Amino acid sequence: METTQWNLWEVFTQESPGDPHVHAGSVRAPDAEIALQNARDVYARRGEAVNLWVVPTEYITASTPEDQGAFFDPGNDKAYRHPNFYKTPDGVKL
Amino acid sequence: MEDIPALEKKFEEKIASGIVIEPKDWMPERYRKQLIRMMSQHAHSEVVGMLPEGNWVTRAPSLRRKVGLLAKVQDEAGHGLYIYSATETLGADRAKLVDDLHTGKAKYSSIFNYPTLTWADIGAIGWLVDGAAIVNQTALAKCSYGPYARAMIRICKEESFHNKQGYEILASLMKGPPEQQKMAQDSINRWWWPCLMMFGPSDGASPNSEELMRWKVKRYTNDELRQRFIDRTIPQAEHIGLTMPDPDLKYNETTRHYEFGEINWEEFNQVIKGNGPCNYERVHARKDADEKGLWVREAAEAYAKKKLTMNS
Ligand SMILES: [Fe+2]
Ligand SMILES: [Fe+2]
Repeated sequence: METTQWNLWEVFTQESPGDPHVHAGSVRAPDAEIALQNARDVYARRGEAVNLWVVPTEYITASTPEDQGAFFDPGNDKAYRHPNFYKTPDGVKL
Repeated sequence: MEDIPALEKKFEEKIASGIVIEPKDWMPERYRKQLIRMMSQHAHSEVVGMLPEGNWVTRAPSLRRKVGLLAKVQDEAGHGLYIYSATETLGADRAKLVDDLHTGKAKYSSIFNYPTLTWADIGAIGWLVDGAAIVNQTALAKCSYGPYARAMIRICKEESFHNKQGYEILASLMKGPPEQQKMAQDSINRWWWPCLMMFGPSDGASPNSEELMRWKVKRYTNDELRQRFIDRTIPQAEHIGLTMPDPDLKYNETTRHYEFGEINWEEFNQVIKGNGPCNYERVHARKDADEKGLWVREAAEAYAKKKLTMNS
């Protein structure tokens, strides 16, 4: 078995200025600098990105699918956070 | 304790209603295993696939051809990396996957065990092999496992260039002197049947197909995809005056599909078993590259460590 395997980094690409960074995939690299270069070579060969983020995979904490219901519940049952909850007098456009 | 039957039922329901499965979702062990097998095999094919074409980079007939081929081969490296990355989301270890390729435990596409004897073969690969890959991968872009489907979408965007550069090579050879036309036709004579084998055994003889279809990993059968490839490729061949080496090939007006001759599955089985013309050479070249690149990986790691201690 091989002795050397570089660490895993998650890659996020920004397609054009003003866009959010979107997860593209991962690369293996020994440090951040090479991770960026590898990410450019793997995920941005045709102008797919104007900016890149690389993050060590181990530093990403994700919510688990099992608590999907309960975890997001506080956001789901509050109708008053949506415009439809509020009434407007007839004839007015808001 | 996990209630496996209940989880399995929920999983099958999700699949049935078209919900995409993501890495942290519960999935049957067998689904995970089958995906790791299929995806790593696919990744290995991208990587090994660089070898037959790499063979001609230094001998490309013009700068235009050389930059095109170089960029194409680099894309294939990228494809391998997209899919290794997606395979790792299933808990597979990349070094282990690569190791399985080197020990012969893991397979890769049988097509790459054929040699590239002439420059026309580079045209045949781009047009036919990548053409077949497009048909396969377009279907896989709708597969039930999210990271695999997303990798396929990325790949499909790049394949059309591969396909067109191959076709352009053959089209210009077919406009050249008789020797060049002969070279182009000869390459098609050698690559056509192995390309049809790329889609795998016929539906009845494909052991994994049924399960993979039920899980929506595969969306079409091997035979359906093969037919799709033939139907779209024959008119392209006719357009530049190439003929497929199949006397039984003919268009059926009623079905609106091409009928074709019997595939030599014995040849396919032999190549899969390791008895193709280049099996040894391909795996050997990969191992060699891995061993020769070890010092680079070690040096980069040592440098990264050193920078870390200097900064602290
Ligand atoms: Fe590819
Ligand atoms: Fe390709």
